[in-house]
Amino acid sequence: MMLTGSQIFVEVLAEQGVDTIFGYPGGAVLNLYDELYKNSDRIRHILTAHEQGAAHAADGYARATGRTGVVLATSGPGATNLVTGIATAFMDSVPMVAFTGNVATSLLGKDSFQEAYIEGVTMPITKHNYTVRRVEDLADTMRAAFRIAQSGRKGPVLVDIPKDVTANSCEFTPKAPEPVRTVTHYDEESVKQAAEMINAAKKPLVVFGGGVRGAAGCQPLRDLLAKAEIPATYTLMAAGVLAYGEPMNLGLLGMHGCYTANKAVDEADLLIAIGTRFSDRVALKPETFAHNAKRIQIDIDPSEMGKNVPVDLALVGDAAYILQAILPHIQPARHPDWIARIREWQSHDYKPVDSDTVLKPHQMIDEICRQVGPDAVYVTDVGQHQMWAAQYLHHVKSRGFITSGGLGTMGFGYGAAIGAQIGLGPDARVIMLTGDGSFHMNLNEGCTAVSYGLPIITVIFNNQVLGMVRQWQTAFYGKRYSNTDPGRRTDFAKVAEGFGAKGYHCETPAEFKAAFADALKQKGPSWIDCRIGKDEKVLPMIPGGGDINDIMME
Amino acid sequence: MPTVKKNEAAERRVISILVDNQSGVLARVSSLFNRRGFNIDSLTVSATNDPAISRITVTTHGDENALRQLLLQTDRLEVTRQIFELDQDNSLQRELLLLKVKADVHNRAELREIASIYKAKIIDLSPDSMVFELTGKPSKIDAFLLMFQDYNILELCRTGVTAIERGGMHQHMQKPKQEISEIDYPTYGPGGNR
Repeated sequence: MMLTGSQIFVEVLAEQGVDTIFGYPGGAVLNLYDELYKNSDRIRHILTAHEQGAAHAADGYARATGRTGVVLATSGPGATNLVTGIATAFMDSVPMVAFTGNVATSLLGKDSFQEAYIEGVTMPITKHNYTVRRVEDLADTMRAAFRIAQSGRKGPVLVDIPKDVTANSCEFTPKAPEPVRTVTHYDEESVKQAAEMINAAKKPLVVFGGGVRGAAGCQPLRDLLAKAEIPATYTLMAAGVLAYGEPMNLGLLGMHGCYTANKAVDEADLLIAIGTRFSDRVALKPETFAHNAKRIQIDIDPSEMGKNVPVDLALVGDAAYILQAILPHIQPARHPDWIARIREWQSHDYKPVDSDTVLKPHQMIDEICRQVGPDAVYVTDVGQHQMWAAQYLHHVKSRGFITSGGLGTMGFGYGAAIGAQIGLGPDARVIMLTGDGSFHMNLNEGCTAVSYGLPIITVIFNNQVLGMVRQWQTAFYGKRYSNTDPGRRTDFAKVAEGFGAKGYHCETPAEFKAAFADALKQKGPSWIDCRIGKDEKVLPMIPGGGDINDIMME
Repeated sequence: MPTVKKNEAAERRVISILVDNQSGVLARVSSLFNRRGFNIDSLTVSATNDPAISRITVTTHGDENALRQLLLQTDRLEVTRQIFELDQDNSLQRELLLLKVKADVHNRAELREIASIYKAKIIDLSPDSMVFELTGKPSKIDAFLLMFQDYNILELCRTGVTAIERGGMHQHMQKPKQEISEIDYPTYGPGGNR
């Protein structure tokens, strides 16, 4: 059948199983939006306040549901506003397809109104990107974009569509969507070798990261830990893969990870790294990282092998497949001395001090967990509150903690929370944790949450300063607080009301408890402004480039 | 994991990359080299017997780790079909040089002498200059250029290395093959989803 580019756009989205997209209209995408108008029963379009919010929403949608997030923006500024969102998804390997309009092909390269060479701009922050110059190429390019985004190591793909391509017509043939592909093959010899190394280890340790979340290797991972009694620690991207309170779960690793996890890495004689890339926030000092250990790395991306930390054995493939293959070769084992040593360290772990009068971040997070139970999805911005959330939330499920890890994007949270709530439906409980610094960046999306009646509860850890940078200035810059004390007088409760949301302000644990309980009853979004001390720190902390010997506990 | 061949004798490493023949491919590859900080000495792009494929030949230097990262990161690009290092002993490497030297009646004969020893062609002669054309291994070009230390080089350009393996077709690193997942992705934890 003959269809216009815009009709093909909608048909291929539907064919790929897309029922929700996030975006913002504009001149170059008018044809696409006209077609979306006619097909609003098939594809739901969520309009945000800013394209950046739409990109983060598509990202949050993907992280919460496991499906590919889709965002649509116009040419020029619309496209460039997506950049931070695309880079965020790229660093955390989140499947996402971004569509941008562009000026007509006859105007490309002539500095036309609202023209930007977005293919060039996003080249280094996408798995791949395209400019579609002929309507005949549109359908297959879109299909390829989805295939690339969701196969292997996932990531964002951008498709740039000039306006005349959306207007021109060509023959369209429907196709069934391609199934998601992964690297199912692995090297049998390496698998046996890995099993031998695990069987021989006296002090084994697993470090897992976001790759396990993606590979859904949770169950084989748990089986491995149980069968050979291997303790495990995780990176920020994998919080929730192993439930809070499980005996083999040592907690977060890295710069703000717990003492025990970092100490265990230092003393282990075998490190099994699964779906993690030894970033500089985990292997802060690559030369001494796990220096007593033989190192096994399991990753779907061959380029991660030994990239940051050298490894003794590299296994390329989907972690779910490799772990399932290793399991039968593992002999049941117990490591009582090693476990006893770890329990001893745990008794020395950092313990924050409670208060009955002022708000303490860890107590607020405890209170949230108590009130919402295990089913909530938590979304964060970036900074101190993010690390407190990572440390103190009772993570119990994979995809239950949505945070910008690799890029560390302040302003990520609200868009991502909107995407998560849209993806999981109105009955899901989405809690957004933010700081006053991060929230100021993209709180404009408050209007979006109101428009769509999303019951997102936002808890603002308001210390009135840019806390994480300030903490570094305290520790390493002689308390010279350069531009981290902005003297803002924002009344978040009033801003919330201005948007049409519910606002609360609290300064004591009792006030917070009551405000949060009330927020849970709201049908729409609510913001809880919580005043905390400006000298609250994230502890423990290993300074950049340091190791366990440099850990700061106070 | 690709095996990186040991070439103790030669510092220069030659990499061959087969890529999709599309616009923007060179930009993708060179942007990657730049942002990952790989050292590139020369880069040539050429057609192949398959119109859908171009060959990029890169010469580089650096330690084994840097080279392995270059291979693996480039392999990750969608446009890369295959990438491998060429074995110095088992490959043919050629480069073209154009060299313009200041020449007059007094030194023309000496210059012609050098050219004939190296089998370089003189492709232009003017009252005050001479242009040589030389094709050969990079080391031969280097040696030829060394002969002009005491002369006045006006301009020179080298094409960079283009290279091919000796003998029939060779086996090289393949991208990890992606198959349809048969594992029914397990759910985990209360309310856990895919």
